[in-house]
Amino acid sequence: MSDLFRYTLRLGDLSLVLGQRLSEWVGHSPALEEDLGLANIALDLIGQARLLLSYAGEIEGKGRDEDKLAYLREQGAYFNAILAEQPNGDFGRTITRQVLIDAFQLELYERMTGSRDERLAAIAAKSVKEVRYHLRYSSGWLVRLGDGTAESHARVQAALDLLWPYTVELFAADDLDQRMTDAGIAPNLPDVYAAWSARIDAVLSEATLKRPVDRPHAWHGKRGQHSEHLGYILAEMQYLQRTYPEARW
Amino acid sequence: MSTPATDVRTSATDVRTSAAATRIDAAWEALRAVEDPEIPVVSIVDLGLIRYVRVSAGGTVEVGLSPTYVGCPATAVIRRSVCEALTKSAAGDFTVSNVLSPAWSSDWITPDGRRKLNGYGIAPPVPRSQQPIACPRCRSLHTETVSEFGSTPCKALHRCLACLEPFDYFKCI
Repeated sequence: MSDLFRYTLRLGDLSLVLGQRLSEWVGHSPALEEDLGLANIALDLIGQARLLLSYAGEIEGKGRDEDKLAYLREQGAYFNAILAEQPNGDFGRTITRQVLIDAFQLELYERMTGSRDERLAAIAAKSVKEVRYHLRYSSGWLVRLGDGTAESHARVQAALDLLWPYTVELFAADDLDQRMTDAGIAPNLPDVYAAWSARIDAVLSEATLKRPVDRPHAWHGKRGQHSEHLGYILAEMQYLQRTYPEARW
Repeated sequence: MSTPATDVRTSATDVRTSAAATRIDAAWEALRAVEDPEIPVVSIVDLGLIRYVRVSAGGTVEVGLSPTYVGCPATAVIRRSVCEALTKSAAGDFTVSNVLSPAWSSDWITPDGRRKLNGYGIAPPVPRSQQPIACPRCRSLHTETVSEFGSTPCKALHRCLACLEPFDYFKCI
């Protein structure tokens, strides 16, 4: 399995899994506007995933297209950081998870527009504009909830405390990340972290939320070791293709 | 002797060039007739989705097409309509490429496209520094955002506080 294939799947799977998670809100959001918002963000993320998985399939060169990669891979062959697969919880928790990942994608893609891999650079250039819009939406809500009532504040602070440990994995550069950075293909993760951290601090301060303390992590979603949640997501997402292989519509 | 030979080559090139120009014109004409599936009042040329139309060295008409949003379901429909329109046109052999970079911007909507959007009841994009957004119905600048996202990926939902009508706003990205 080539480095570039694996790395591209890490990016694509993060978008796909988060997009799938967000789409669970369709028809259940607190208000119609939020239903539209979360559905639109989900759609953009699935669009990113389509571009990235199509590219991964071409790199691999074994005839797997975006659909085969999305619908016919087992949990252990998914390489998203596990923050993306964490359950939606209440609206505040979904928004908190969204801010953390939107800010990560924004800082990552902004730097990836200069990647030596032209295809990834182009996908990043296209996606970064959409991600910037997502972050405006999600951080706007985090500020409203954090700096809102005692109840909404307590809920998003609890969500932040719960989700924070998973953010460490986004920035923990393993050998693969390092080789991609050395090759000029991937941005340097410590740089992405510094920018993300500053951005998150600004949002948290406006939202009157307290930044949790970093703790060592043992998550390895980027290597295919997931929390129990991913299996349930895939079971639902892949059901149709598993039951009716090659079904088209 | 060399001068006439050069002339012959030049005129042959001119013939090829003008044939290519005719095919490019035919392709543009066909593309201008392709409507956006969600907003049929504007064509894909009005929206700035066509990045280039050129003839390759091998004589194929190459069309560069950009998506508005990566997940927009209309993208596949647009691509199919483009292929159908080019097939029926006098453009001859063609290919359609997906162009992601530089990324499509709402700045590329033509003045004509902006006028058509407004006439259709969709406020055209306005950079944040130049807002407020004018109501497409009564022109009042007394408007507010209802939702950052709307019925399609390219639109947000606004409301006019003067005439009280809700309206779509074409997102500025």
